[in-house]
Amino acid sequence: MADLEGDKLQRLGLHDLHVEFGGKMVPFAGYEMPVQYAPGVMKEHLHTREAAGLFDVSHMGQVILRPKGSMAELASAFEALMPVDVLGLAEGRQRYGLLTNDTGGILDDLMFTNRGDHLYVVVNAACKAEDIAHMTARMPEVTVEQVTERALLALQGPGAEAALEAVLPGVSAMRFMDHRVFGDVWVSRSGYTGEDGFEISLPMAAAEGFARKLLAEPGVAPIGLGARDSLRLEAGLCLYGHDIDTTTSPIEAALTWAIQKSRRAGGAREGGFPGATRILRELAEGPERLRVGLAPEGRAPMREGVELFAPNDTPVGRVTSGGFGPSVTAPIAMGYVALAFATPGTRLAGEVRGKHLPLTVAELPFHPTSYKR
Amino acid sequence: MKYTKDHEWLRVEGDLVVVGITEHAATQLGDVVFVELPETETMVAEGDEVCVIESVKAASDILAPIDGEIVAVNEKLVDAPALVNEDPTGAAWFFKMKVDDLSVLDQFMDEDEYLDLIG
Repeated sequence: MADLEGDKLQRLGLHDLHVEFGGKMVPFAGYEMPVQYAPGVMKEHLHTREAAGLFDVSHMGQVILRPKGSMAELASAFEALMPVDVLGLAEGRQRYGLLTNDTGGILDDLMFTNRGDHLYVVVNAACKAEDIAHMTARMPEVTVEQVTERALLALQGPGAEAALEAVLPGVSAMRFMDHRVFGDVWVSRSGYTGEDGFEISLPMAAAEGFARKLLAEPGVAPIGLGARDSLRLEAGLCLYGHDIDTTTSPIEAALTWAIQKSRRAGGAREGGFPGATRILRELAEGPERLRVGLAPEGRAPMREGVELFAPNDTPVGRVTSGGFGPSVTAPIAMGYVALAFATPGTRLAGEVRGKHLPLTVAELPFHPTSYKR
Repeated sequence: MKYTKDHEWLRVEGDLVVVGITEHAATQLGDVVFVELPETETMVAEGDEVCVIESVKAASDILAPIDGEIVAVNEKLVDAPALVNEDPTGAAWFFKMKVDDLSVLDQFMDEDEYLDLIG
């Protein structure tokens, strides 16, 4: 995700709460965001996996897509922008989606929810203006409304269910990727940490009081962007602008699971999305490169940009996200490698400070997910 | 103890200079997860990059504060990099240097001057 430094930074509605809790505010995607609180990235990460972490992700784009005609027409129009089954998504359910471009690259990844008479979509902060312009231009049969004046909170970790149930009774009946409306509060059982948890959209005016109630529940602590990044990396989840972008196809990005059978060759609504030629070809024949997990053998982290080499010193790829995994207690990374080198267990080298250090292609995720299915 | 503008501390121990990073530097770096130490019996010049230190956030270098010979390194940091956050001015020393003349330390800040620098 591109940092838009230089432009005027926007402040989150909960800015003062972050500062009160010791948040260290840094520029991110055009916003002043808490990168960490007093405990620091390592402790915040581990706390989320052991108890519950509260994240302010209000910088993300919240969008409502309303049909000018029927919901089926809306779903068909959205399917023309994504290699994903929209028509088959039941009311009250959420799904992962990808906006693709005409060459089969990824414009953004997103979550979308069927809310009966409209779709609710959450997109990446750095992409939201372009996404809205793209959807507006490409779906004349749909009204695209950016939701403003609403905060978005994520409560993640094994303690999330009990904490949110105490504040918002009824959420414990939800399962992974369910969506429910509680008056003004919209809740999805999802997140981006690999843990069970919830994402909660609510009016900005109510957000601080709601966040304080959650933070008063046992085990709930505020968690910054730094730990959000290490949590999603351990969970093997992509960060837009780093692990996926306009050049990487969903197949190369190992997001093939996000393309339902109905949109693949032989499916009921095969193709018909931007970049279908490349994406369907890669599905049939395999991609040239693949996103894989990478486990450095030593202690030195291998970060974004590290070049990868085969044992004969041929360049075979590059790291797109990397750092230290606090729950794995070792350095971890993700990157793209030529398909011949993408099998887990393959030994490669990464160039760090001029030296070739050994690493192994690893299964993703690095840390098992604990979604409540 | 003496301090450099690069947030290193220097302490005289017999005829050697012990070097580490300040508590302020350790806090700014965040949780340290990797330390790479120099070879012993190496001659270094002021400003040479002699150690690599990686935190959960980023990689940075430790520079030789003065000319001299690296005569000892703290191997404990390789297996327990978190020591840098736990005890930056004590157990987490990085290396010891032999110098020609200990008066070279006079150029560096004392504690009050360093505290002024970091505000």
